[in-house]
Amino acid sequence: MRVVAETAERKTFTLNMGPQHPSTHGVLRVVLTLEGETIVDAQPVIGYLHRGTEKLAETKTYQQVIPLIDRLDYLACPAYNFAYCLAVEKLLGIEVPPRAKCIRVILAELARIASHLIWLGSHAMDIGAVTVFLYTFREREITYELLEMVAGVRMHQSYIVVGGVRWDLPDGFVEKLRAFLDILPSKIQEYEDLLTKNKIWKLRTVGVGVLSKEDAIAYGATGPMLRGSGVKWDIRKVYPYSGYEEYDFEIPIGEHGDTYDRYLVRMEEMRQSRRIILQALDKLPEGPIHALEGKLFFPDPEKVRGEHRDMAALIHQFKLVVEGFHPPKGEIYQSIEAPKGELGFYIVSDGSPKPYRLRIRLPSLMNLQTLPILSRGHKVADMAAIIGTLDIVLGDVDK
Amino acid sequence: MGDWLDEVKGRLEGVVLDESEFRDEKTLVLDRSSLPNSLEVLKEEFGFNSLVDLCGLDMGEGQTPRFYVVYHLRNMNTKAQLRIKVGVNEGEKVPTACGIWAGANWMEREVYDMFGIEFDGHPCLTRLYLPEDFPGHPLRKEYPTEGYDFEE
Repeated sequence: MRVVAETAERKTFTLNMGPQHPSTHGVLRVVLTLEGETIVDAQPVIGYLHRGTEKLAETKTYQQVIPLIDRLDYLACPAYNFAYCLAVEKLLGIEVPPRAKCIRVILAELARIASHLIWLGSHAMDIGAVTVFLYTFREREITYELLEMVAGVRMHQSYIVVGGVRWDLPDGFVEKLRAFLDILPSKIQEYEDLLTKNKIWKLRTVGVGVLSKEDAIAYGATGPMLRGSGVKWDIRKVYPYSGYEEYDFEIPIGEHGDTYDRYLVRMEEMRQSRRIILQALDKLPEGPIHALEGKLFFPDPEKVRGEHRDMAALIHQFKLVVEGFHPPKGEIYQSIEAPKGELGFYIVSDGSPKPYRLRIRLPSLMNLQTLPILSRGHKVADMAAIIGTLDIVLGDVDK
Repeated sequence: MGDWLDEVKGRLEGVVLDESEFRDEKTLVLDRSSLPNSLEVLKEEFGFNSLVDLCGLDMGEGQTPRFYVVYHLRNMNTKAQLRIKVGVNEGEKVPTACGIWAGANWMEREVYDMFGIEFDGHPCLTRLYLPEDFPGHPLRKEYPTEGYDFEE
């Protein structure tokens, strides 16, 4: 006669999620420790996309680093170029002209809208609402057309350069952008109609992935992850840069720190970004688009290659390309409110045209660190919702 | 607002080895042996509740100290920011800050990964980005940018 155990033994087992898994938004591996279907622990394993940006930057001049930077978060390129250039400008001690400041704000906020649209689409699709994905990609396409108009490429624009922007806004850009901003509120309403009061959406997001205020601060979570937990903290308001103090906008915050609150925060952020862009377009001043001090900008191509060549311009161009510019010795930290959180650059300069050390403080990396807290006690199926609410991009995690 | 730094220096008297200011950013170099107490004092008594960033810095072979561990601290109530640097030489260890700011965990792993600096008392000091069998620590100045040939 066989004896059947009276009490079943409680056992945990380990499950690998990723590195190739549709809901991990790239190559992220999460080692799950499960008890039945309940998550006991979830440890992210990262580095699959590590490109050594910090090491590479040490071998390039300050301008040559710019294209490396927008490959970090490839969904919000202008914001990343913006942050890096602000940092170098702080090191150099220069101010950019008002028009360039204004153009930078417009592009950074457009990048925020584009990034949040992708987040919303993929987050909703992970949870099972495929329609939203198709809708947000329709609007996201317009943001990419706008960026293409400005820079000539859809991704990795490298349009924002040290000292200003590469060239002026093209004809028709302002009109097209205004047309987009006109339809945007009705589109955001459309997404909200599908989700905000949707019973399934609320079941999947309310109370899922709760991050307390204390944990958010202790773990260095920033951006919507911090604000969703009820902390009113936005670099644009706290340490204003590029004229953000002149714009009128609200900082939405959540109450419970769960996936649903972070959803509401990001939706409102898109509306606030639209408000900022509208104000920027209204006041967009005329004038130069590049700081003249320090001879940082490449001379007019006509003067270098044209019929009426100018020797001084040629020498200037040659020096910038071959050697680069020499910032003073020193170390600075400059951060901005990127779509995903605080993006900071710590630059140590030894006075040479290449950064002695370029340290990048990435928002997605720090936010991902809270994953074990968010997922403990939830079911495996909630993992897709929790990774979605973190709004990570693996380029922005792996550096 | 301006005199909080004097208070900090008064409280940490004897362990502040150097101080500097550049572009309105304040930096203090602290004695390594004062860690983690001095960091705890900064958090508990001066309200630096947020560790914005923690990173390594290689001064090059033959320099003393060879490395710095750099902490960017922030007081989210007064908006004050402070940079703390701690010198460390080859083979020496830095006490972990994980017990003070939980977010230090991954950043210390990254410093270990990239510079080979070890943190005493870290709960899980493994490489963050690179595979476990990766040779060397790439952000050291002597490490070639093109890497080593793995085939050999």
